[in-house]
Amino acid sequence: MSILVNKNSKVIVQGFTGKEGTFHAQNCLDYGTNVVGGVSPGKGGKIHLGKPVFDSVKEAVQATSADVSLIFVPPIFASDAIIEAAFAGIIVIVCITEGIPVKDAMIAKKIVEKHNAVLIGPNCPGIITPDEAKIGIMPGFIFKKGSIGLISKSGTLTYEAAHQVAQVGFGISTAIGIGGDPIIGSTFIDLLKLFNEDDETEAVVIIGEIGGDLEIQAADYIKKYFKKPVVAFIAGQTAPKDKRMGHAGAIISSGSGTAQEKMDALSEAGVSVAKNPAIIGETLKKMIEENCKNI
Amino acid sequence: MKIHEYQAKELFQKYNIPTQGGIVIEDATKADEAVDKLGGNLWVVKAQVHAGGRGKGGGVKLAKNKEEVIKYVKQILGMTLITAQTGEEGILVRKVYIAKAEDIKKEYYFGIVLDRNLEMPVMIASTEGGVEIEKIAKESPEKIHKVAIDPQIGICDFQIRELAKTLNFNKIVSRRFSLFARNLYQFYMNSDAEMVEINPMILTDDDQLIALDAKVSFDDNALGRHKDIAEMQDFFEEEESEIEAHKYGLNYIKLDGNVGCMVNGAGLAMSTMDIIKDEGGEPANFLDVGGNANAETVAKGFELILKDSNVKAIFVNIFGGIVRCDRIANGIIKATEITEVKVPVIVRLEGTNSKEALEILRKVNIANLISANDLKDGAKKSVQTAIGV
Repeated sequence: MSILVNKNSKVIVQGFTGKEGTFHAQNCLDYGTNVVGGVSPGKGGKIHLGKPVFDSVKEAVQATSADVSLIFVPPIFASDAIIEAAFAGIIVIVCITEGIPVKDAMIAKKIVEKHNAVLIGPNCPGIITPDEAKIGIMPGFIFKKGSIGLISKSGTLTYEAAHQVAQVGFGISTAIGIGGDPIIGSTFIDLLKLFNEDDETEAVVIIGEIGGDLEIQAADYIKKYFKKPVVAFIAGQTAPKDKRMGHAGAIISSGSGTAQEKMDALSEAGVSVAKNPAIIGETLKKMIEENCKNI
Repeated sequence: MKIHEYQAKELFQKYNIPTQGGIVIEDATKADEAVDKLGGNLWVVKAQVHAGGRGKGGGVKLAKNKEEVIKYVKQILGMTLITAQTGEEGILVRKVYIAKAEDIKKEYYFGIVLDRNLEMPVMIASTEGGVEIEKIAKESPEKIHKVAIDPQIGICDFQIRELAKTLNFNKIVSRRFSLFARNLYQFYMNSDAEMVEINPMILTDDDQLIALDAKVSFDDNALGRHKDIAEMQDFFEEEESEIEAHKYGLNYIKLDGNVGCMVNGAGLAMSTMDIIKDEGGEPANFLDVGGNANAETVAKGFELILKDSNVKAIFVNIFGGIVRCDRIANGIIKATEITEVKVPVIVRLEGTNSKEALEILRKVNIANLISANDLKDGAKKSVQTAIGV
């Protein structure tokens, strides 16, 4: 088991024949992901990377029964691509595109919800269930198969965490990069709910950062409902106020959204909070060992 | 992106939002002419800078005659304005706005901002205008009224009625407010604004509502579809090194410490700063070289970091994914050829092709290059080098 995607997921790539789309679709295919085709308006009927190209998501779904879409469409057109996927009945929509206007993301998210689909991102590395499906731009080899769920707002920090998880002898059930934009599809809570019900996931690592209060909402959910141990790290403890730290959503505005308040809320909810990014693996190991003792 | 008050007011006028008009000047000799053009018998002279709290810092003055206008213009133009938002170093005033003063019966706060939790724009109004909204929020939160607007529907009549009631407007003013609110919402949505703040919005003696001040910022990601707004960017208001970085696809923010950082990915870049602090040092900057780092961007990164004379060591922390570490290693070598790197460079390369990368760095003999085994080791060595242990 895993969450959202596995070896049976049928994946299409939107923006398939573009430079980014081509490069990463090939990487996903090499990893073993079941990529069944792609969409590039105006190029329907062609074959690209050995897979059929369609003019629209609707046609792609009709022909391939795809249920997952991976989006590499330029920012100004990306929300249209997300909405198109939702209308065509795609269940899991993964949007890698960085730089989508907030207004577009806000409306796209509402429409995805109306269609009962799941949106991951935008501005994220994607989702991976090791040895089954890599639907994103992450380097697959870092993610070893195992029983730790990973949810992260940051790309390279996801790799760092997955690497440390492997170093302390564990592996990943599913890892999801949720992105660092002010409005994102799936949040920590949405995914924690899925991990809560996933038999193969024994513990979860969450990587947050400054800005907004999704981590604080997650802390509240964990305290009330989450049955499994959680480790967290929050990036940006030294970030200055009112400065956007790379991610559009990573900003401490009006003094709120600081790393400290998030760390405090998570600690208070019983989460083991790693003080610095080098000890995420170590903290996880310690927590799991202690949990075993208690049982 | 932020714009100046006078620019925001120009945009307001395009949307038929009643606004206190005025004239912006950069040259004190133009003040005379501006007063004649405006007419009237009472004027305000306002410094045009992006920071708030201008009045308290001496950047806003009321003038009773032309001579006073000229005096204040001369005083404010070229001054270094220090407000609660600028920090001690202050900000140089390059433009002033001269406007006719209005009769004020009452001041209000009115604005629209994105609520990240509700994932909708929120219209905010308060009877406590002219005061910082953060202050009202802290001291009398019951005086702040909000309505969340579903972007798929737009603002509804009942929501406007609700706000008008909380502001105690009579029938005529309510009608004017309705138009004001609708136009402001149109402006907010159509121009991809991030935040619009009118503080104060005033009620005049003859019951007109007027935007006396205007503070607007826009979503950077949407500027591509608003060329007219993008052109309003005032580069004097931005940190020079940050603009330079953007040209090369780098994300750089200058800080006060002495350990320079070069990292791929925003989250890892932030946490690299954190671990430097945790090891007892202070980061000199945030720098994300992005997903497509190559020799040129790495060289540019070194150049930016080294412009800051506080920097005593540079920590290069790369987790290779799509970015291959061997390319970064070659980039570092090339960078040292292009730019003279005078301080020790501590390198931690992990992920794709990290072994090959370390081999490449080992072969060339660059003085001042220290390799680190992992993140903690790298941070520790960087801090120790910077403080000279």
